[in-house]
Amino acid sequence: MLTDQAGKGARNDAPSRELSAQNSLRTGGDLLQLVSPDGERISHPEFDVWVKDVGDEQLCALYEDMTVIRRIDAEATALQRQGELALWPPLLGQEAAQIGSSRSLRDDDFVFPSYRESGVAYIRGAHLSEIARVWRGNASYGWDPLRINLATPQIIIGSQSLHATGYAMGVQLDGANTAVLAYFGDGATSEGDVNEAMVFAASYQAPVVFFCQNNHWAISEPVRIQSHVQLADRPTGFGIPSMRVDGNDVLAVMAATRVALDRARKGGGPTFIEAVTYRMGPHTTADDPTRYRDPIELEDWAAKDPILRLRKLLEAKGLLTDDVEAQVKAKADAVAAELRSSCIGMADPQPLDVFNHVYSTPNSWIERQKDHYSRYLNSFNQPVEEGAL
Amino acid sequence: MSKLTFARAINAGLRKSLENDPKVVLMGEDIGSLGGVFRVTDGLQKDFGVHRVIDSPLAESGIIGTAVGLAYRGYRPVCEIQFDGFIYPAFDQIVSQVAKMHYRTQGRVKMPITIRVPFGGGIGSPEHHSESPEAYFTHTSGLRVVAVSNPQDAYTMIQQAIASDDPVLYFEPKRRYHDKGDVDESIDLANALPLDKAAVVNSGSDVTLVAYGPLVKTAKDAAMAAADEGISVEVVDLRSLAPVDYPVVEASVRKTGRLVITHEAGQSGGLGAEIAASITERCFNYLEAAPVRITGFDVPYPYSKLEMHHLPDLDRILDGVDRALGRPNSLSGLEG
Repeated sequence: MLTDQAGKGARNDAPSRELSAQNSLRTGGDLLQLVSPDGERISHPEFDVWVKDVGDEQLCALYEDMTVIRRIDAEATALQRQGELALWPPLLGQEAAQIGSSRSLRDDDFVFPSYRESGVAYIRGAHLSEIARVWRGNASYGWDPLRINLATPQIIIGSQSLHATGYAMGVQLDGANTAVLAYFGDGATSEGDVNEAMVFAASYQAPVVFFCQNNHWAISEPVRIQSHVQLADRPTGFGIPSMRVDGNDVLAVMAATRVALDRARKGGGPTFIEAVTYRMGPHTTADDPTRYRDPIELEDWAAKDPILRLRKLLEAKGLLTDDVEAQVKAKADAVAAELRSSCIGMADPQPLDVFNHVYSTPNSWIERQKDHYSRYLNSFNQPVEEGAL
Repeated sequence: MSKLTFARAINAGLRKSLENDPKVVLMGEDIGSLGGVFRVTDGLQKDFGVHRVIDSPLAESGIIGTAVGLAYRGYRPVCEIQFDGFIYPAFDQIVSQVAKMHYRTQGRVKMPITIRVPFGGGIGSPEHHSESPEAYFTHTSGLRVVAVSNPQDAYTMIQQAIASDDPVLYFEPKRRYHDKGDVDESIDLANALPLDKAAVVNSGSDVTLVAYGPLVKTAKDAAMAAADEGISVEVVDLRSLAPVDYPVVEASVRKTGRLVITHEAGQSGGLGAEIAASITERCFNYLEAAPVRITGFDVPYPYSKLEMHHLPDLDRILDGVDRALGRPNSLSGLEG
């Protein structure tokens, strides 16, 4: 399902058997970085091997992925401003975290996202119209979760961490080699569900990866309100190994995710990854971050922009040719155009659809209300007899 | 036909489901080696293993949330919530996830989760052990809610609930766990009364008395007592609380013209209110009197020395029957 996407070849974890012996990797409180904000490749004695297969072509593909999802984000934001989408949760600034992690997954892995992982959805193979329609209000879901092994966007904060853990328990029962990954943010780490998920995952050694994008803001609340310690320090108390990774460094994210997925597949249990990144946009298009955020902070993070960083690396390696630039731009433009046309051309749901799929079996309450509402709607089509009013 | 206690009947039904479907897994606190605090799962972990009868961490939201993930993976989790009053930490997962997933995914993802809840009072327990939270769940669309009243139904309906592709809240009247009854373990589920159907458990012609769960026995006893006074009470065991099988209640009320509803849960906003309103809408012209509700009070479940005042009993139900019939009763002389 991912074959038509860029980044192919860099997607699956490639570690060979001898690596498993090293897979007790964790970073502690140190920030794992393989590419500096200036685009310099930083070698790492333990993690380099996990991305050694990521060559020039794959780096370009990752650059294309990140550029495309930023373009999706910009187009969707514009569509919201034009009244075509009811709401949009921007992912601006989190491209490396989303691409580095999702490109590490296998097709048979299962992912439980929050609501901001539109880039992940695109990589998993969701159609652009499927990504748009939830935010347009045309449906409560986008894609078929079982088609692309990606659950629907989860709006209740942290809830999906338990679903991922339960799914991973099911994988264990099946004796399968699948890994499960849950996305959530820094705010979610305060939720009981995330903490309960870590208890369950640790107790049963479930093959689940908790991928926390610490984007520093839970709407208007800075991460220090959520945690008195680094987020990556918290899972340790649950007996879960953790890694703190530069979330704006796609290579570092990929290395850490591969380590965690490999551990899950090999029976090593759960891993927690804190991807330190930054939400450069508002919480959603309904939010106004100027009310609570220092613009200097945004400038600081703009200098650490994940796409800019990869650009610098590619430039230094002489990979960013005009051809590559043109190809990436063409792809991003095409994707944006398709998003726009599929969004605007989307058929509205029918009135009686409101009653559909509440239950999988017939339900007398719903059927009666559907019947009554149908009669009510039909009453507008009846000719009114003279004098009836 | 065998004579089983209520608890053993559920146990036998769970066993049958575990045997028939490898996707059925049980989860809950203390359900393994202990067999549950009420011993409902006694012996199941020994026979089916720790992977299918899972002792969960002490976290109700975690139990239901992981059950959602298991259902995603194709399993049919059966979760035990140890006591009614402990279900609230799981409320969000039940209401926001279990109930809505089918609608959210337009049927792509099913949630065949059964949530067993020992409920109701009468066992002299401390706070949080005697509650009747069913109305929270009957008000939540996407859930099926049932309450069982006898060992045969307990045995049959637990299997039907587990087999249902929709999530089912399965309320067990804990004060009846030790009551014995005949159970036909060879019953064919396909021919059994469906999960969403009510049953007339005592025929009568003067008053319709609607009950469910622990109060069905009390209602039947009240009907017998009323018969001594020449009053013929028809008792309807609702069995399904969401949806309510209104055709059965309606047919009875069209015959009797009078309706009494009883439940342990508090009155305001309770199931009795919904049934009274619905029956009034559906067969107003057949009613000879206003529907009567005999319920718990709108108070927190009281400490155990007072619970007999809170719980509807035979005499309070009969007083309600008298009100429905316009006979002298405790409220005679009051307006209304």
